[in-house]
Amino acid sequence: MAAEKTVKLPIAKAINESLRKAMEDDPKVLIMGEDVGKLGGVFRVTDGLQKDFGEDRVIDTPLAESGIVGTAIGMALRGYRPVVEIQFDGFVFPAYDQIVTQLAKMHARALGKIKLPVVIRIPYGGGIGAVEHHSESPEALFAHVAGLKCVSPSNSADAYWMMQQAIRSDDPVIFFEPKRRYWDKGEVDTAAAPGPLHEAVTAREGTDLTLVAYGPMVKVCLEAAAAAAEEGKSLEVLDLRSMSPIDFDAIQRSVEKTRRLVVVHEAPVFLGTGSEIAARLTERCFYHLEAPVLRVGGYHAPYPPARLEEEYLPGLDRVLDSVDRALAY
Amino acid sequence: MTVESTAGRKPRRTTAKRAGAKKPPAPAAAAGQPELVQLLTPEGKRVEHPEYSIDLGPEELRGLYRDMVLTRRFDAEATALQRQGELGLWASLLGQEAAQIGSGRALRDDDYVFPTYREHGVAWCRGVDPTNLLGMFRGVNNGGWDPTSNNFHLYTIVIGSQALHATGYAMGVAKDGADSAVIAYFGDGASSQGDVAEAFTFSAVYNAPVVFFCQNNQWAISEPTEKQTRVPLYQRAQGYGFPGVRVDGNDVLACLAVTRSALERARRGEGPTLVEAFTYRMGAHTTSDDPTKYRRDEEREAWEAKDPIQRLRAYLEAEGIADAAFLAGLDQESEELGRHVRDAIRLMPDPDTMAIFENIYADGHALVDEERAQFAAYQASFAEEGN
Repeated sequence: MAAEKTVKLPIAKAINESLRKAMEDDPKVLIMGEDVGKLGGVFRVTDGLQKDFGEDRVIDTPLAESGIVGTAIGMALRGYRPVVEIQFDGFVFPAYDQIVTQLAKMHARALGKIKLPVVIRIPYGGGIGAVEHHSESPEALFAHVAGLKCVSPSNSADAYWMMQQAIRSDDPVIFFEPKRRYWDKGEVDTAAAPGPLHEAVTAREGTDLTLVAYGPMVKVCLEAAAAAAEEGKSLEVLDLRSMSPIDFDAIQRSVEKTRRLVVVHEAPVFLGTGSEIAARLTERCFYHLEAPVLRVGGYHAPYPPARLEEEYLPGLDRVLDSVDRALAY
Repeated sequence: MTVESTAGRKPRRTTAKRAGAKKPPAPAAAAGQPELVQLLTPEGKRVEHPEYSIDLGPEELRGLYRDMVLTRRFDAEATALQRQGELGLWASLLGQEAAQIGSGRALRDDDYVFPTYREHGVAWCRGVDPTNLLGMFRGVNNGGWDPTSNNFHLYTIVIGSQALHATGYAMGVAKDGADSAVIAYFGDGASSQGDVAEAFTFSAVYNAPVVFFCQNNQWAISEPTEKQTRVPLYQRAQGYGFPGVRVDGNDVLACLAVTRSALERARRGEGPTLVEAFTYRMGAHTTSDDPTKYRRDEEREAWEAKDPIQRLRAYLEAEGIADAAFLAGLDQESEELGRHVRDAIRLMPDPDTMAIFENIYADGHALVDEERAQFAAYQASFAEEGN
C-alpha cells in the first residue's frame, strides 16, 4: 500500500489489500479455498497472499465446498477467523447445508457461548460471458436464513472497508463480490473511518424517485439516474450494501422524500430481496407512496446462456422503463 | 394369479433376470466378518491382541463397569421419561455402552469431542451433566450447553456434518502446535454422507490429528449396513491413505485400547485414523420408530448374548474384582442417578418466551431487534387486556 492515504484501486485489488491488512492485524485470520494460494484465486483476489503469509494461513483446499465451509467452522471453534472463498456463486450449493444447518445456527444452539466468525466470499452475478453456474445471484437464499449476515460492496472503498468489518464481526458473514465490477477502479481512503457495515448509503441525491440497488447494479442505477437527469428527472440512488440486515430506515427516509421506489437487482424478482423491500416499504410508507413499489431483476428462469444474458440482466433501459412506469402513476 | 396378470409382469421378470445376472458379489460384511480387535470375549474371557495390549488395575476396571452401568441407567430413565411424555424424543444408546465408554475414557481432558446425537456415554466421560443432554429432546433448547467447558461439542442432528467440524478443529490444533487430539463420532448411516467422505479427504491431506469413531450399530433407522456399503466400513480409510481398524464395539477394553492408540498416533502428528466399532443398537433408532417392522427378534437376541456390560461383569467377577459390596453400591448409585434425572426433568423450566430472539447473532441484527420489540408489545397487549 502506498504511503498516501488515498489510492485508486480496482475492487479486486481493494479486497486483496483488505485481506492483507486483516491478516497483518490479526494472526488468527486465515484464508481457505480452491486455488487461493499460488494462483491467487481465479480472479486473483488473493494474489500474493500465500507468498507473504505462508501456506499455513492461505490454505489451498481440496475441491469440496462442503468440506471448505465445514472445516472453517471447526477452525472458528478453535479460535481462528477463517475467510473462505467459494470460487463461483453456483458452486456454493454443496456447502449450503453446512452454511444453513450448522454455521447459521451454532451460536444460538450453544446459547451464545461460542462464536462463529467465518466470512464466506462469493464472487457473484453475471455479465462476464461465463458458462452455466458461474453467473448466479443467490443472495436471497442466504438473507432468508437467520444467523447469517449478507453484504455486497459496489465500489472499491466499500470493498476495502467492508471486508475488514466482515472479518472482525463475530457473526458469519456471506460476502458477495460483484465479479463483473472487479476491474472497476475507485478511490480508497485507507485512513478513513468507515461507516457501519450494515448501513445503506446515498450514492446520488434525487427528489423524484428512489432507486435501491446493491453490488453490481449500483453502477447501472447511477447511469440510469444520469440519463434520467438529462430528461429532467431527479433520481436518488441508494446503495443498500447489506442484504441482511437491510437498512429499511434509510430506504424509508429516502422514500418519504421522493415518494416513489424502484428496487433493482440481478437475482430473480420472485421472492427476492426486492420483494421484501417492496413489502416492508409499503407497510412503512403506504401514505407517502405515489406509486406501487416496482422491482427490476432477473426472471423466473435459470440464468441464461451467455449470449442471452444482456437480455436477462437489468440494464439501463429496463431500469428507466420502470422509472417511467412509477412516475406515470 | 391370472393369466393376464402374469403377462403384465413380463417386463418385470426381464428386469429381475438382468439384475440377477449383474448382481454384485455379497458384501464381505455378510460373507464373513473381518477379524475384530478383541480383548474380552463375549463370555468375559480376557484375550490378548498383538497390536493392542492394555493393562488396567482393578480400580480402572471397576470404573469402566460403573460408567457403563450408570450410562445404561441414564439411558433407560430417559427412554421411560419419553414414554411418560416428558421428552419429545429420545435416541437410546442401549447396546453401545462399551463403544462409548471405551473410546470416551481413552480421551484426555484437552482433547475435543464432536458427537452425533447418541453419545450419552461419551458425554458422561466428559463430565457433562447428563440432564443437560435432555434439554434438546424435551424441547427447551436446541443444544443447550457450552461446548468449551467440557471440550464436548453440541449434539449434531444432521448426519455427518460434525466430521468436518472435527477435522477443521483438528487442523487448528495442529496450527497451534498443541499435542491434543480430536475425535468425531458418527454412525454407519453417516458413512454414506458426502461430509464424512470430505472429512476423510481433508484430514488426510492436512494430516489432521483427528480420530473418526464410527459406531456401526448395524442399522441406520430401518436401513441395514448393507444399504450403506459393499465393503467393511473400516476399509474405506485405506482409500484415503490412513489406517482403519475394526474393533469389537461391545468390548470396552478393546475400544479403549484401539481409541487410545489412534489418539496417540494423532498426537504424534501421524494423522487420522478410522475406528469402526462393530456393535449393535439394541433398541430403536429413536423412540419414534419400531424395530419390529424392519428386523428379526433373533438378531437382537444374538447380539444380547454379546452384551457389553454382562461380559465385563463376568470378567470382573471371575477375577474377584467386583465383590457384592461394590455391586450393591453401584445399584444404589444407579437408583440415585435415576431419581436425579427424573427430578431434574420435572424441574426443568420452559424457556423464557423471549428466548426465541436470543443469541441469533453475536453482534446483533436490526430485524431481530425489530421483531423482538413487536413480539414483546404483542405479548404485553394480553397483559393489558387481562387488567
